[in-house]
Amino acid sequence: MAKDQPQTAAKAPGKKETVIKVRGLVNGFGDKVVHDHVDLDVYRGEVLGVVGGSGAGKSVLLRTIIGLNKPRQGEIEVFGKKTTFAESSRMRPLEMRWGVLFQDGALFSSQTVAENIQVPLREYTKMSEPLMNEIAAMKLTMVGLPPDTALKYPSELSGGMKKRAGLARALALDPELLFLDEPTSGLDPISANLFDELIKQLQKSLGLTVFMVTHDLDSLRAVCDRIAVLVNKKITAGTIEELRKDPDPWIHDYFSGVRGRAALAAAS
Amino acid sequence: MTSLDDASATPNAWFKLDRGVLTLGGLWTIQQSARLDDQLRAFQPPPIPEGGSGTIEIDASKIERLDSAGAWLLLRTRRVLEAGGRSVSRFTLPELYQPLLENIEQGKGPLEEPPQRGGLNSRLERIGRATVHAGQQGYRMLGYLGRVTVEGIEALASPRNNLRVAALVHQVEETGINALPIVGLLAFLIGVVLAYQGADQLKRFGAEIFTINLLGVGILREIGGLITAIIVAGRSGSAFTAQIGTMRVNEEIDAMQTIGLNTVDVLVLPRIIGLVIALPLLTFYSDIMGLIGGAVMCYFQLGITIPVFMRQLNDAISVNTFMVGLIKAPVFALVISLVGCYEGFQVERNAASVGLLTTRSVVEGVFLVIVLDAAFSVMFSVLGI
Repeated sequence: MAKDQPQTAAKAPGKKETVIKVRGLVNGFGDKVVHDHVDLDVYRGEVLGVVGGSGAGKSVLLRTIIGLNKPRQGEIEVFGKKTTFAESSRMRPLEMRWGVLFQDGALFSSQTVAENIQVPLREYTKMSEPLMNEIAAMKLTMVGLPPDTALKYPSELSGGMKKRAGLARALALDPELLFLDEPTSGLDPISANLFDELIKQLQKSLGLTVFMVTHDLDSLRAVCDRIAVLVNKKITAGTIEELRKDPDPWIHDYFSGVRGRAALAAAS
Repeated sequence: MTSLDDASATPNAWFKLDRGVLTLGGLWTIQQSARLDDQLRAFQPPPIPEGGSGTIEIDASKIERLDSAGAWLLLRTRRVLEAGGRSVSRFTLPELYQPLLENIEQGKGPLEEPPQRGGLNSRLERIGRATVHAGQQGYRMLGYLGRVTVEGIEALASPRNNLRVAALVHQVEETGINALPIVGLLAFLIGVVLAYQGADQLKRFGAEIFTINLLGVGILREIGGLITAIIVAGRSGSAFTAQIGTMRVNEEIDAMQTIGLNTVDVLVLPRIIGLVIALPLLTFYSDIMGLIGGAVMCYFQLGITIPVFMRQLNDAISVNTFMVGLIKAPVFALVISLVGCYEGFQVERNAASVGLLTTRSVVEGVFLVIVLDAAFSVMFSVLGI
């Protein structure tokens, strides 16, 4: 397995390796079509932000890519392996290589934070108990949580701390690919900024590829290399500058509306 | 390939100490970390020579790949060496991995192992906590009963203002009418079972006809009411806890209080009064269904026709037998709904809590119903009814 696992921090400039490849994806609920033949590429080492109006299917896209949602049509490849209609035994090698942070952390409420972080370690490695405790403590430091958080239960944590703890669990196996579902929603601006910084820093030091669903314009500006906009059941992807020139009215409003302009002005 | 430890056919991580230079190389990754950890823990650097400076050089430039688990082991090794009185004179690491190490190092202070739970003390502590908790639970429940009684009397005194009739009717429908199929079926089957077993035993004395006495007294006095109360405790008591509990999780209860709604009036009284109305009616229905089940069984098993059954039943029971069974129903209803609502308000703001308290509400409801039934039996026997 380690052979097809390229250098963690390798970022070959120029040559872009596709980590996630979505082709002709169709998703829908009942009569409502959410994605209509959507294509998307995510390259190694980049941070891709996914935006779109409420109900545009951002989270559905994320869930489809990680195999939690069965699409009506289309193909998705992660690390060159199909995740659509894959058997669970074939998903396991993939699941070791990605980490997912759900919206509210999705920590297991019956376990302490340290135990939460150790769940993937227990499942996939033969680490000794002391090493697992050290790794859990280290991951907490990495995501900026005080060490005494380790013994707390999720119900004793604030929203921001839950997200950080969720991130620590997502990073437990040193994944190459990180999925974040609205990482800064529900956080105050200061915590949101810190979280952005954290993701940027981790992305740099671990050489992660990040797929981030967000509503937060500041996050987009601060951490995302490229942005995929879900509008009219399709995806338009590009950098902020490219998207600002896009003729689509929704995209125009998004990036050139009052809030969009303010966030982007703050950038320059 | 379900384990990350599968490291066959890949170059291993290694380290060696040679003349004051600790050389590290290979893949320092999570796949190797379990094995590497064992080796590093076993590794004892030779003692510092007499008069030597104790400096050591760490050369990590041969590391081919490093992730955060590997970086932690590297950092830990360095700290162990430093704690052993050696100073690290030079530390080389591929440029690529510098940010990762810095990121992990930023915690600065010693990364301690999280303290472990367990041991005798923590067990004693748990027993103590549980005891205090049980005492408080009983005390609070008594307080709650008092509050509901006071508010209930107020509501009944001025029903126009405080009694939510629509909610009450809805509860009667939900806990009474919607429970008819399951209660009816189960009571019918209990009647069948009772008649069948009773007939089997009584046949030995040639007293088959007394199966009807057994049915009449058994179902009307005890079983009809008990089985209905237990079904309702499982069905409606749990629903009360889950409904109110979910409202607590969603902060709906808090919202009600800020708007100035009295949660007892809005949520509790309709449920309690609704069930107090519905359960006696259900019990009556269950009695009838049980007798029908018995009669059907008597007809097929013993050849007792319906008119004969009716005549024998008329001789066997009095109105008192029926009333004794029915009088218990409102008390059961009060206990079931009180426990269901009370536990609902105890829910904390997490999903696990709803499930836990729903289970508890059913267990407590059934327990109290049976305890009360026993108390009633003793009381009636003393009174000679």
